[in-house]
Amino acid sequence: MTNKTSTSNKQTKEQKVSLFQKIRGNHKHQQYLFVYICLLLPIIFFLGIRILPTLFTFNVGFRDWNLLSSGPHPFVGLENYVALIKDEVFIKSVVNTIVYIVFGVFGQLLFGIIVALLLHKINRFVGFFRVIYFIPYVTSIVAISWVFQWILMGNGVINDLLINLGLPPQPFLNSPDQAIYVIIGAMIWQAIGFQMVLFLAGLENIPQMLYEAADIDGATPWQKFWHVTVPLLNPTIVFSAVIGTINFIQVSFTQVMNMSVDGSGGPLNSTITVVVYIYQLAFRQFDLGLASAATVLLFLFILALTLFQMKVLTRKFDY
Amino acid sequence: MKSGKIVTYLLLILGSVIMLFPFIWMVSTSLKPPMDIFTLNIIPENLTFDNFIRVFEESLFLKWFLNSILVALITTISVLFFDTLVGYIIAKFSFVGRSILFILILSTLMVPTEMLIIPWYMMSSDLGWTDSYWGILFPGLMTGFGVFLMKQYMEQIPDDLLNAARIDGMNEFSIFFKIAVPQVWPAMSALGIFTFLSNWNAFLWPLIVIESPELRTLPVGLSFFSSGEAESQWHLIMTGATISVIPLIIVFIFLQRHIIKGITLTGMK
Repeated sequence: MTNKTSTSNKQTKEQKVSLFQKIRGNHKHQQYLFVYICLLLPIIFFLGIRILPTLFTFNVGFRDWNLLSSGPHPFVGLENYVALIKDEVFIKSVVNTIVYIVFGVFGQLLFGIIVALLLHKINRFVGFFRVIYFIPYVTSIVAISWVFQWILMGNGVINDLLINLGLPPQPFLNSPDQAIYVIIGAMIWQAIGFQMVLFLAGLENIPQMLYEAADIDGATPWQKFWHVTVPLLNPTIVFSAVIGTINFIQVSFTQVMNMSVDGSGGPLNSTITVVVYIYQLAFRQFDLGLASAATVLLFLFILALTLFQMKVLTRKFDY
Repeated sequence: MKSGKIVTYLLLILGSVIMLFPFIWMVSTSLKPPMDIFTLNIIPENLTFDNFIRVFEESLFLKWFLNSILVALITTISVLFFDTLVGYIIAKFSFVGRSILFILILSTLMVPTEMLIIPWYMMSSDLGWTDSYWGILFPGLMTGFGVFLMKQYMEQIPDDLLNAARIDGMNEFSIFFKIAVPQVWPAMSALGIFTFLSNWNAFLWPLIVIESPELRTLPVGLSFFSSGEAESQWHLIMTGATISVIPLIIVFIFLQRHIIKGITLTGMK
C-alpha cells in the first residue's frame, strides 16, 4: 500500500517534470517560429532596400553609366572621381556645402543656446515661447522657402521697410554674393526651435549646486557661464553640431531647390550644394556614374563626421 | 534683477516676432485680392477668400493634401509596427544571427538617403514602381534609427514579466502587443510623430519618383505649382503655402508637449 502510493507519487512527479519540459520545449519552438516569421520581411527590406543598393552605388561609381545610353556600362576605375575633382561646379558645390555647414550650424547653435538661456531665466510663459520658437521647425520647408522668396523679393515687404527706413534696397536672393547667406539665414530660422529644446534639456541637467558653489566663490555671471554652463553643456553642443550638420546637408537640397532664383542653385551656381549637384548630374544630365561617385564622397564625409562625434562623445570630461 | 527680467522678456518677444512674421505675412497675402498684395497692411483692407477658392478649384491641392496624408500615415504605421517588433525581438530573444542582424541594421544608419536615390530609382524603373504610391512609400517602410531606438527601450522591460505571460499561456504575438508595446508607448509616440513629420515634408525622393501631377505629395505639388502654374502670382503661391503649413501648425499646438518631450527622449538617448 505504502509502496504503491510512493510509486504513483513518483509517477505524477515525473509526469509533471516532463509536462513542464514539454511546455518549455513548446515555448522554445514557438519562440523560434515567432522570431523568424517576424524577421522575414525586415530582413528582406534591410537587405534589398538598404544594404544592396548601397553596395550597388559603389559599383555604379566605378562605371561609365549613362541613363540614356543602353548597352554595357564599362568599368572605368577612378575616372568618375578624377572627373569630379576637375569639375569646377562640383568643387564650387563642395565649398558652398562647407559654407552652409560652418555658418549654418554655428548660427543655429548660437541662437539655440541664446533662446534656451533666456527661457531658462524666466518662469512664466516658458511653454508659450517654446511653442512659438518651435513652430518653424514643424512647417514644410518648401512652403517656407517660397514665403521667404516673397518677403525678400525686389519689391517685397523687407525692401519696402528698408526704403521706409531710408536704407538702400537689397537684391538678396538675386545677388551671387548675398543669396547663400539669405538661404543660410532661412535654415537657421527654421532650426532654432530644435536646438533650443536640446539645450533646454541640457541646461536642466546641470545641478543647481554648482552655481551655488560658484556664487560662494564670488563668480560673476559671465564666469559662471564660461566655467560651469559651457563645459557641462559640451556633450549637448557636440551632439547638436553633428545632428545639425547632417540635417543641413540633407535639408539644404529642398531649401536651395525652392529658394534659389533659378530653382537649381543660382545665381551663377552661388548657392549650389553637393546634393543639388548630385540631383542635377543624375536626373538632368542622366550621368549616373558621376552622380554615384559624388554620393560616395558625401557618404565618406558623413562617415568621418560620425566617427568624430563618437570619439568626442565618448571622451571623459573632467569637471 | 527686476529690470533684467524685463529685458529677457523683451528679447524673447522680439525673437517671437521674427519667428512668426513670415507666417503672418503669408496668411495676410493669401487673404488679399491680387491688386493689394504689395500694400504693407498686415490686416487685409479688402479681405477675401477668393484665392483659396481659386487654388482649390484650379489646381490639385486637395488631391496633393490627401496624397501627403496617405503616404505619411501608411509609412508611420509601418515604421511603428516593424521597428518596434524588430527592436523587441533583438532586445528580448536569443537566436542564430542576432548580432549580425543588429550590426547590419545599425550600419544602414550611416548611409545618407542621397546615396540611395540612384539605385532606388533604377530599381523602381525596372520593377515598374515609378509613378505610384508604392514607389513613394517603399523606401521608408522601416528605419534603422527606429529599430535602434525601440531596442534601447525594450531592453528595460524585465524578462520575468514576459515569462510570466508565457506561463499563463499567452502566445508570442499577444505578449508583444499586450505586454511589451504598452511599456514603450512614450518612445513609440515620439518615433511616430517624427516619422510622420519627416514623411510629410519629404521632397527629394517624391520629386524623383513621381511624374503624374495627381500623384504628387504636397511639398512636390507646391514646388511645381509655385514655379509653374502660378509663376509670380504671389497671392496664389502664398495661399498654397498657407494650405500646406497651417494644418500642421494646428496639429503641432495640440501635440506640442509630446513632440518636445520626444526630441529630448530620442535626441539625448
